[in-house]
Amino acid sequence: MTGGEPTLAEICVVACAEAWRGDGAILASPMGIIPMLGARLAQLTFEPALLVTDGEATVLAPADGPAADGGRVAEGWIPFREVFTLLAAGQRHIMMGASQLDQFGNQNISCIGDWARPKAQLIGVRGAPGNTVNHPVSYWVPRHSRRVFVDQVDMVSGVGYKRAAGLSPVITRSHELRRVITNLAVLDFAGPEHAMRLRSVHPGVSVSDVADATGFVLAAPLQVPQTRLPTPAELAIIRARLDPEGRRDQELA
Amino acid sequence: MTDAGLPVAAMTPAQVAAELRSGMTIGIGGFGSRRKPMALVRAIASSAVADLTVVSYGGPDVGLLIAAGKVRRLVTGFVTLDSIPLEPHFRLARQAGRITLTELDEGMLHWGLLAAAHRLPFLPMRAGLGSDVMRVNPQLRTVRSPYADGEEFAAVPALRLDVALVHMNRADLRGNGQYLGPDPYFDDLYCRAADKAYMSCERIVPTAELTAGGPLQSLLINRSMVCGVAETPGGAHFTSCAPDYGRDEEFQAEYAAAAADPERWQRFRATYLAGDEEAYQQAVAALRAGRAERAGSPA
Repeated sequence: MTGGEPTLAEICVVACAEAWRGDGAILASPMGIIPMLGARLAQLTFEPALLVTDGEATVLAPADGPAADGGRVAEGWIPFREVFTLLAAGQRHIMMGASQLDQFGNQNISCIGDWARPKAQLIGVRGAPGNTVNHPVSYWVPRHSRRVFVDQVDMVSGVGYKRAAGLSPVITRSHELRRVITNLAVLDFAGPEHAMRLRSVHPGVSVSDVADATGFVLAAPLQVPQTRLPTPAELAIIRARLDPEGRRDQELA
Repeated sequence: MTDAGLPVAAMTPAQVAAELRSGMTIGIGGFGSRRKPMALVRAIASSAVADLTVVSYGGPDVGLLIAAGKVRRLVTGFVTLDSIPLEPHFRLARQAGRITLTELDEGMLHWGLLAAAHRLPFLPMRAGLGSDVMRVNPQLRTVRSPYADGEEFAAVPALRLDVALVHMNRADLRGNGQYLGPDPYFDDLYCRAADKAYMSCERIVPTAELTAGGPLQSLLINRSMVCGVAETPGGAHFTSCAPDYGRDEEFQAEYAAAAADPERWQRFRATYLAGDEEAYQQAVAALRAGRAERAGSPA
């Protein structure tokens, strides 16, 4: 159970965890299994002050509880209405999905095609407009492809850098797209004028693999490092404690 | 006033549905596929009312009303079944251009309800600015702070409702309602934003039993907010109603599969939605009995 080389899912969990490094006592809102494991891993290792919920209203303490409660210890209560308040206060860092994402971080989860009569209706903008103008946002893309990384998104749900630059000083100070983690690579927005930049590639992935799967020109350093591998201690926490059922592999299947 | 001199009326789901008029704006409590007043929604779906504007953190409530042809306009930030991300009826209706959508950030929806509850015309907010929510809602205006900061905000208009529908775990016949799950969602705000609110509940209990069953602050709905109570055991099915029951994932999966296929939907509707709420609950009980038998029988 605790042996073996790190899998792609485990490398992605650690890359997600890294997104929350340095955030302190704010609410981590991971959307998806691998981001959720990442947030909990960060809380259990290098970012103990992080607030992490069970996906509903219960805040989970970084502690082992009685097995009868699934090993969980509740340390607080953050129902949806309080999430909205934390969000507006800037005390949150969410990792959302993205059906489309462009070079400057505009994100779409609303619909594909013309909004008035979409070719494919998706979930809706959800909280993406409010999240992006209030607090740090990262994205998790389990299948890196040109369908997701597009020249232009069809319905701007999450606000990218160029659009945010035209808004109020409070918003431009609060707006931060921290990381994009995919099955191929880790990206950020440290390119020219906050363009998306290749930060690291996962083991076995080349820079051209990522470029081929991206629908715009990615900024990249001369030497692109490899994504850091999980430490033995991190692997033990992921495998034995956070996800003994192996749900992390489903998202990359 | 009712026969018993109680402040609110004890009603059936059909009686609640009969209070609606075509063209009304209704708000539906719960969140996604969680603690939705589904018994009331089912009653509306089989009533004669039409052309509704529905305000909701959308789940299968929205799907069922769309499938029944009741929705003219939907005001929402999302429609989802949670464990199944996309709601098929909503998708098909949007792709066919059969409903009009007012798509807002989910925090804007909260703010619109809060403005309505406080009798304000709007509330200022940063959400929406810079996004295409402003493009697809040309009616949205911005407002500038009159103070030294001079910041510009989205002016989120009040979402005033004709009728609100919510589902609680417990209620008394005076119109006090209690949630026992992890989250109140926005059910109190929906009631406050509405001219009239109707509450269904898993069980009507004597008033003293409310605080015996949960802490004082679980009494989310007070009797000034509602004008009718309906006892509907299983009334949130198939959405979650913790701690009374979780989401019926197997049933929801069947709903979603049927919703995506017109032929299967006709069968689903004939099996579960042709009769009244009692018939629905009997059909669900029969399904459960069948499941239990299959699980118990030798392979």
